[in-house]
Amino acid sequence: MAKVLSTGDMSKCIGCFTCMFVCAGANRQDHSIQKSCIKIRTYGGISGKFVETVCHACREPACAEVCPTGALTLRKGGGVILSKKKCMGCRRCESSCLIKAVDFDEDLNLPIICHHCGLCARYCPHECLSMDEVPD
Amino acid sequence: MLYQNTIRVLYIDMKTQKIRIEDREDLKKYMGGVGVASKLLEENIHPELPPLDPAQPVVFAIGALSTIYPVLTKTVAMFISPLTGELGESYAGGRMAMCMFLAGIDAIVIHGKADRPTYLAISSNDIQFKDARTLWNNNKDSVGRLIRDDNKRAHGGKRSIIRIGTAGENQVSFACVTVDRYRHFGRLGLGAVLGSKYLKAISIVGDRSVPIQNFKRYFKAYQDLYKKCVTTELMAKYHDIGTPVNIEPLNAAGGLPTLNLRQNRFEHANKVSGEAFSYLHLVRKVACTGCPVGCIHIGQFKREFASHGHEYETISVAYDYELIYALGTFLGIKKPREILELIEEVEILGMDAMSTGVVLGWATEALENGIITQDDTIVPLKFGSYEEYLEAVKYLAAGKNKFYKSLGQGVKYASEAYGGQDYAMHIAGNEMAGYHTGYGSLVGSAVAARHSHLCNGGYAIDQGLTDNNVDPDEMAQALLNEEIERCMLNSLVMCLFARKVYDRETIISAFAAVGEDITDDELTATARRIYATKLRVKKALGFKLQSVRFPKRFFETPSMRGVLDENMAYEILKKYHEKISDLETAE
Repeated sequence: MAKVLSTGDMSKCIGCFTCMFVCAGANRQDHSIQKSCIKIRTYGGISGKFVETVCHACREPACAEVCPTGALTLRKGGGVILSKKKCMGCRRCESSCLIKAVDFDEDLNLPIICHHCGLCARYCPHECLSMDEVPD
Repeated sequence: MLYQNTIRVLYIDMKTQKIRIEDREDLKKYMGGVGVASKLLEENIHPELPPLDPAQPVVFAIGALSTIYPVLTKTVAMFISPLTGELGESYAGGRMAMCMFLAGIDAIVIHGKADRPTYLAISSNDIQFKDARTLWNNNKDSVGRLIRDDNKRAHGGKRSIIRIGTAGENQVSFACVTVDRYRHFGRLGLGAVLGSKYLKAISIVGDRSVPIQNFKRYFKAYQDLYKKCVTTELMAKYHDIGTPVNIEPLNAAGGLPTLNLRQNRFEHANKVSGEAFSYLHLVRKVACTGCPVGCIHIGQFKREFASHGHEYETISVAYDYELIYALGTFLGIKKPREILELIEEVEILGMDAMSTGVVLGWATEALENGIITQDDTIVPLKFGSYEEYLEAVKYLAAGKNKFYKSLGQGVKYASEAYGGQDYAMHIAGNEMAGYHTGYGSLVGSAVAARHSHLCNGGYAIDQGLTDNNVDPDEMAQALLNEEIERCMLNSLVMCLFARKVYDRETIISAFAAVGEDITDDELTATARRIYATKLRVKKALGFKLQSVRFPKRFFETPSMRGVLDENMAYEILKKYHEKISDLETAE
């Protein structure tokens, strides 16, 4: 069975941003949360609610459908895999994603694509995130 | 700056709106944080001018490893305190440290006074001086919202907003600066200093990328620290009930200042305990950015806003031990609901909660004793009665009359003007913190560079003693050792709750993982260098340790370690003074 990232209970979130630090660090070797695939934000300042933007692991991903070079291919269990070699940086995937889960790395000219590695879930101190088993 | 051999300092002149950026190699030996800030303060102060003169500087600095490891979350501010007239130093969490780090700024030095109320919008490639006239006299909650709305381009989460309230605008000597709604540069009046510069707020957006140089090594160090914070008991208490867990044990031990320190125990302590707050009001916990612990406890209460028709609003407010002490036990308030409402009002007005509670405690007793009258206080202040205090804090922030203007300059100043100095509970001009634990807390706060209980943690030394007998030389040495060590810890600007996580070995490995080889001896030398800088600043500002006089009440009301002997307190002070006499020259 494949696994995908799930944001089960964001009401537990304390806004520590550890998920973003480890994602940006491990996946993009950068200290900046700007490079993270998962985004935690607040609505209305810190007294507002913490909300997440994270790839929903679509079975029919719009981002892959609009990709003109075939750089995004279907991932087992949902979501996509990025082939950096095939990507030309057109940003169509970014604008196709309804929930804005695709961000763009200006330095590398590549989209920031979550590949559901689960590191953010492993480092979430409050079990807001989890890796759930889904059919392949 | 991380991976660089320099410290990047941003100089801002509010009057001319000129900016200067310097990359300084010479500051690297101060590591960062309080080290860099102390040096910048020393370079920029004008000892001959008053604390609120436009020429005086405000310095902000982050640490050498800020944000990249867990719990290195704080920013230090240094300035001349309008409360004590000497070294001002204050810390705040929130998002500010991350935003400075990702804006590529290690330190900020602000000079001058703007021509009109202004807020600064700082990002990695721009600094704007924005008109804040419409934000002046505005409460802080909407100030944050208005600044967020004024800068739509930035994404939430990568921005920090610090601001002052009306107390800061009116230059109340213990006005605070609020950081990201729930955290504060609380003590010693930074809010008044910003107010004196017409600087209402600063917004900082961190949107730079910082490539990791050696990912494997760095991530190993990160993982070890993360595990230490999350899976060991070292920090568990801070997340669980939080700092208010201390109310009951300190009360039981007889170290909880109550009713203007007439008492060392509060008969209603169980009603205002951390457990009581959790049960009745705790609705949420949040964290400073980069802290997996999350110690910020948010309490909620409802308030009727119309006298008929059952109309209510709900209010969320952060609470901690020190606030429950200052606005609770010290004033005899026994209902958590009432304490939360007082905290909220003090927060909106923008004052340090500890100083506010202590000045009101003195005013209450001075009124009882007849040295002031209700003409002065306007409302009949009375221990245990919170409605009058709720009014009084508004008068205090507004400088409503001659008495409140005087009270707004601190309890030392007010008691010198009106009398009642024996029960004006300050130490060297700074209102006492919530610990009457013994000589460690009392003398510790006097010798402390900024007269804060956190400079040397004297209360913890008291708690660690096996009996009530104190050797003055040993006590002075213990205070000095901790004071110096914390200069090093604060150059990383860590949250001091994590001081047990970051032992020396851990700090050395954390530096090594980002390519900086630093030895144990160098850490020691840095700590001494920073302390020496602070001592020089204090000397330049005219502070004399031998002139400190303790209010009598400290020696009347028993402490956790029994009744303290005045002679012994001065003996420890003398010993400490001898020990630091040759430290100023450490380079």
